[in-house]
Amino acid sequence: MSVMTPYRSEQRAGGDGFTQLLRAELTKFRTVRGWVIGTLVGVLLMVGLGVLTTKSSQCGVPPTPANPSGACPAPPTGPGGEWVSDAFYFVRQPLGTSGSLTVRVTSLTGRYATHAGSAAPGELPTADLTPGVQPWAKAGIIIKANASAGSAYAAMMVTGDHGARMQWDFTNDAAGLAGMVSASSPRWLRLTRSGDVIRGYDSADGAHWTLVGTAMLAGLPPVTQAGLFAASPGYSANSASLGGSRSKGGPALATGKFDSVSRQGVWPAGHWTGQDIQQPDGNALQASAQGYREAGGTFTLSGSGDIAPAGGGAGAVIAQTLVGTFAGLIAVVVIGVMFITAEYRRGLIRTTFAASPRRGRVLGAKAAVLAAVTFVAGLVAAVIVIPVGEHLLRVNGFPIYPTSAFTEARIAVGTAALLAVAGVLALAVGAMLRRSAGAVTAVIAGIVLPYLLAILSGVLPAAAEEWLVRVTPAAAFAIQQSVPAYPQVTDAYTPGNGYFPLAPWAGFAVLCAWAALALGIAVVMLRRRDV
Amino acid sequence: MSQALHAEWTKLRTVAGPGWLMLAAIALTAAVGAAAANAVTCPVRGCQIDPAKVSLTGIFLGQAIVAIVAVTAVSGEYSTGMIRLTLAATPRRWLVLAAKAAVLGTAALITGAVAVLASVLAGWLLLDGHGIDPAHGYAALSLADGPVLRAAAGSALYLALIALLGLGIAAAVRDSAVAIGAVLGLLYLFPIVAAVVGDPVWKRHLDQVSPMVAGMYVQATTDLRSLPLTPWQGLGVLAAWAAGALVAGGLVLCLRDA
Repeated sequence: MSVMTPYRSEQRAGGDGFTQLLRAELTKFRTVRGWVIGTLVGVLLMVGLGVLTTKSSQCGVPPTPANPSGACPAPPTGPGGEWVSDAFYFVRQPLGTSGSLTVRVTSLTGRYATHAGSAAPGELPTADLTPGVQPWAKAGIIIKANASAGSAYAAMMVTGDHGARMQWDFTNDAAGLAGMVSASSPRWLRLTRSGDVIRGYDSADGAHWTLVGTAMLAGLPPVTQAGLFAASPGYSANSASLGGSRSKGGPALATGKFDSVSRQGVWPAGHWTGQDIQQPDGNALQASAQGYREAGGTFTLSGSGDIAPAGGGAGAVIAQTLVGTFAGLIAVVVIGVMFITAEYRRGLIRTTFAASPRRGRVLGAKAAVLAAVTFVAGLVAAVIVIPVGEHLLRVNGFPIYPTSAFTEARIAVGTAALLAVAGVLALAVGAMLRRSAGAVTAVIAGIVLPYLLAILSGVLPAAAEEWLVRVTPAAAFAIQQSVPAYPQVTDAYTPGNGYFPLAPWAGFAVLCAWAALALGIAVVMLRRRDV
Repeated sequence: MSQALHAEWTKLRTVAGPGWLMLAAIALTAAVGAAAANAVTCPVRGCQIDPAKVSLTGIFLGQAIVAIVAVTAVSGEYSTGMIRLTLAATPRRWLVLAAKAAVLGTAALITGAVAVLASVLAGWLLLDGHGIDPAHGYAALSLADGPVLRAAAGSALYLALIALLGLGIAAAVRDSAVAIGAVLGLLYLFPIVAAVVGDPVWKRHLDQVSPMVAGMYVQATTDLRSLPLTPWQGLGVLAAWAAGALVAGGLVLCLRDA
């Protein structure tokens, strides 16, 4: 009697782990010619549109002997590397390594031009100005590394609308006493220097002092310039309730009255010099409109310009090279949707689920493969187009807003991640709807359309624009913002000008949340529905 | 021709999708328009808004849904194989496309008319309470006003032309996902690129050839001088795009195997 041996296949059993699933999905992606071509087309569109737009942009000023090419001048750079405005009227004298300066400010008034453009020659430059002080007009005392624009400084000041402040190195701002300055309610300001540390104090009566802020100005030279200053940023008319357009207006003048000026410590010169600190292309009145008078210990200073961080408006920003992201995004969405709907159309989904009955894992594997492929393609495109676009912009006369290597890496990686997560969102919506056209439209209308409505000026009110780039997946484009918005500057911080209400990674997290939600719903629907 | 028209009308009518999508287009167009009108605030100094354009903001979204209907009318036939039956029944392929264009264009025109009427009605009801009133120099939104009537009628025509554009592109590329991606890319990418281009001359040219931006000039009722084209010229640009897409789609349909 013979024993029957049961048949065993010579082939080893195939695994059913996640790795096998990933391999299966990668094979599907790589062997469908349309999807590979689509990915390449996406990369080409992203690079091509970036090159075309940067190549066709021009920034120019009338050529001068100093600037024969006529390229737009770059604004001065602050100690932190950012572009700054640094134009004001300065009454100064040298200060050694230790000392203090105390003044009383009794008045801050201002006048402004309602339109840009300087006065005709021979005309009194301030003749047609309207009385009124700008919210961030400044008058006070300052200790500055030297008299050149962009050098390190710390200042105590009174402002038009924001009370007494201490500001240093352009980006730092601390609030002191609130309220408007006047003869009946003067403000006492004091700055003390000891080495690299400058402390700012304010007081309402000259007897009781409050520390407003402490500035560490590393590398401050032994002899600095210290004294009184006045400056006023230009008047900007945000008259239109529909934001998005750049604000119009003209330069403004601030006039401050100071008395009880007292100095302690090392002041080698002992006498005051008045100087108009200027920068090319600043929104300031000409030097003849500014100046100072001293009579009986009372100083009256008139200054125009601003000491503050500047936006990217004087040149170009990195995000401009990445305009092709939107074209790449549409390609990614189309591929992401087809990655699942094509399986339904061809009936392959039944084979897929027969081979791997855990449907959630199948969708997870699809999402992982799609995200990885898209991320790599997006990163390749970004790494190509950012330097090429920057080069073309420079050739065409644009100074480029200085950006740290870290920020530049965040923008490139963030753009690739944005595309990858948008692809996952498209995949999930495709799994939910099973219809290509509907799913593609839903995702594009969810990401591209809100962005478009937010940047087109005059379509929606400013509040609605901001809301759109806060809650919709379009919030993720905040990842491309390279110029920060500062509360101590009045500017048109709108999505149309490249400023987003959410921080870069927070905006990206909004898109991730949408993708996670869609993926969750898609998994539940896949499990419950028949294939 | 009448039989081809009848066949296309039957196909459009008896599939559940298009009807619901057209209703969704009307509802979303009116809802977005009402939301935009409701969000308007007008400071005392006066505001620079175009009441008709604000009421018709919903067209931005409504056009995408009309495009779905148009694209699926062609690509649906390819994905199910129905196209072979259609072409067997009507061997003159140009006729099939013409019949589809006539039926879809008419359906989109009617949908657009209803959506625009609902939007203008919402604008008329809401804008008055948001500072768009005689005190700020605005007359009430009324279709009896020539420019407003042009904006309304032009917007309905705009949606019909979007349907033709979608139809032509879908006939050319056949796959629904690719076709709708191409249509939406064509509509939405031009203004985004134009916003980044630093050269005003280039920006103006981009706006002049953009199917969406130029097409929507027909909605403008104020500050017409600042537009690079007149309202009807703008709609003409979109019509040219739609005609080009239909010709391309027709050529592919006639020359390529189904």
